[in-house]
Amino acid sequence: MKLLTCPMNGPRNIDEFQSFGPVRARPDPNGTADREWSRHLFRAENRKGIVVEWWRHVPSNYFFLAERDLVSNEIIRTFDASQLRERA
Amino acid sequence: MPLRLLKYGLSRDYPVSGDIPATPELKPAYDVVIIGGGGHGLACAHHLAKYHGIKSVAVLEKGYLAGGNTARNTTTIRSNYITPEGIAFYKEGVELFERLSQELDFNVMFSQRGQLTLAHTEATMRSFHMRAEMGKHMGTRTEVVDQKGVEELCPLLNMDYGGPLEILGGLWHADGGTARHDAVAWGYAAQASRRGVEIHQRTEVQGFEVVGDRVQAVKTNRGRVACGQVLIATGGMNYDVALMAGVELPIRCYPLQAMVTQPLKPWLHTLVSSVSLHTYLVQSSRGEVVIGGGSDPYQLYSTRSTLDMKEHLAEGAVHLFPFLQGVRLLRQWAGITDMTPDYSPIMGASPLANLWLDCGWGTWGFKATPVAGKRMAQTIAEGRVPDILKPFALERFETFRLLNEMGATAASH
Repeated sequence: MKLLTCPMNGPRNIDEFQSFGPVRARPDPNGTADREWSRHLFRAENRKGIVVEWWRHVPSNYFFLAERDLVSNEIIRTFDASQLRERA
Repeated sequence: MPLRLLKYGLSRDYPVSGDIPATPELKPAYDVVIIGGGGHGLACAHHLAKYHGIKSVAVLEKGYLAGGNTARNTTTIRSNYITPEGIAFYKEGVELFERLSQELDFNVMFSQRGQLTLAHTEATMRSFHMRAEMGKHMGTRTEVVDQKGVEELCPLLNMDYGGPLEILGGLWHADGGTARHDAVAWGYAAQASRRGVEIHQRTEVQGFEVVGDRVQAVKTNRGRVACGQVLIATGGMNYDVALMAGVELPIRCYPLQAMVTQPLKPWLHTLVSSVSLHTYLVQSSRGEVVIGGGSDPYQLYSTRSTLDMKEHLAEGAVHLFPFLQGVRLLRQWAGITDMTPDYSPIMGASPLANLWLDCGWGTWGFKATPVAGKRMAQTIAEGRVPDILKPFALERFETFRLLNEMGATAASH
């Protein structure tokens, strides 16, 4: 059983969580050409390395972020979405 | 020693040469460099050499021959997709498999035993009707069967009458089948090398020399190779390899896990797949029951197996065939699948003029080995993409002309 530490619920079985994929910057809906929209929609981060992803703890419907290594599957840290806004 | 045996030993035909020559020295240049020594790359090499007279071909393989997803897939061959473009392409693939042992002079153990996909909900039945009608329209053998039809095709199935997973009917695809994956790759490799194609194992591509809009050379751990044309056919590594050439593909990598049981007497005479259970089964010619395919629920480049996924597959298999509960598992494994947003492959041109893509094969690549090889060879030889491949172009994501095969791809999500 792999554990994921939820910032709200503590360490839980990763089965309780749903991955929503790497964080992507949202393009400006008024000033973005089709080409950039397609990039935003279809090209997610997939490099071998560390990604920041959205996850949801399904029973509590709580969305948060995790830094995870796509090669070793190590979860480096998890944090609340408010910290993402602070970083931005 | 019996005299007759000695006579044979002294004859010119002895010893029989190996099917695939040892890796030769790398030459400084080739007309075509194929990256990836799996089924697709080898099939393309075969077609280039046999049908297009292009013999200065090097297949570069980081590991050993056909040791990636060619070795890890679960060998389902079928054309019961849902888009006309997809069905037309995979139908040609099935037809090539029907003749493949003759084409390669190598027994690929193709067994066209049919595929039965099960519906446990009315919604799935509706999607089956649509797939069946599309399939008939495109000239494949695909039909919806009711409960009685399912029982006749696979009498050992647990129909779960009145239960939560009652089988309401199925999609019967008489064209479906299976073949021996190693034999497919080895058959292509043997034919290609007989015609002068060089197969370079343990030759890792580490970068590209790009000048203007062309790949001038490929950099490998064994030196630089100049190239006329380049094909990327590296399965789970497609994203990585394309990125080295500056091409960012709309691909995300997920492991796909599968397993086999101990060998049993022949009892499963069709391929059986359940959309709701995300489980499919096929009995190999050795009697092992191959059980697939669980995609991991998040991106990863690791081929580790997880107990969660094996439990999930075992649960599905035992539900469909309860007598499997006492059967032992022999092996388990995972492969890295290069999933596209629309569950269709990316074939054809790249932003670089002489770099061609045979990518985005996700969980559906094995069945397309012959047809992708044939059509990519034609593309490279003629320098333009044939009509049958045009819908699969990388640009479709920019023009929003997606080929949605998600519902017809049982293995995932």
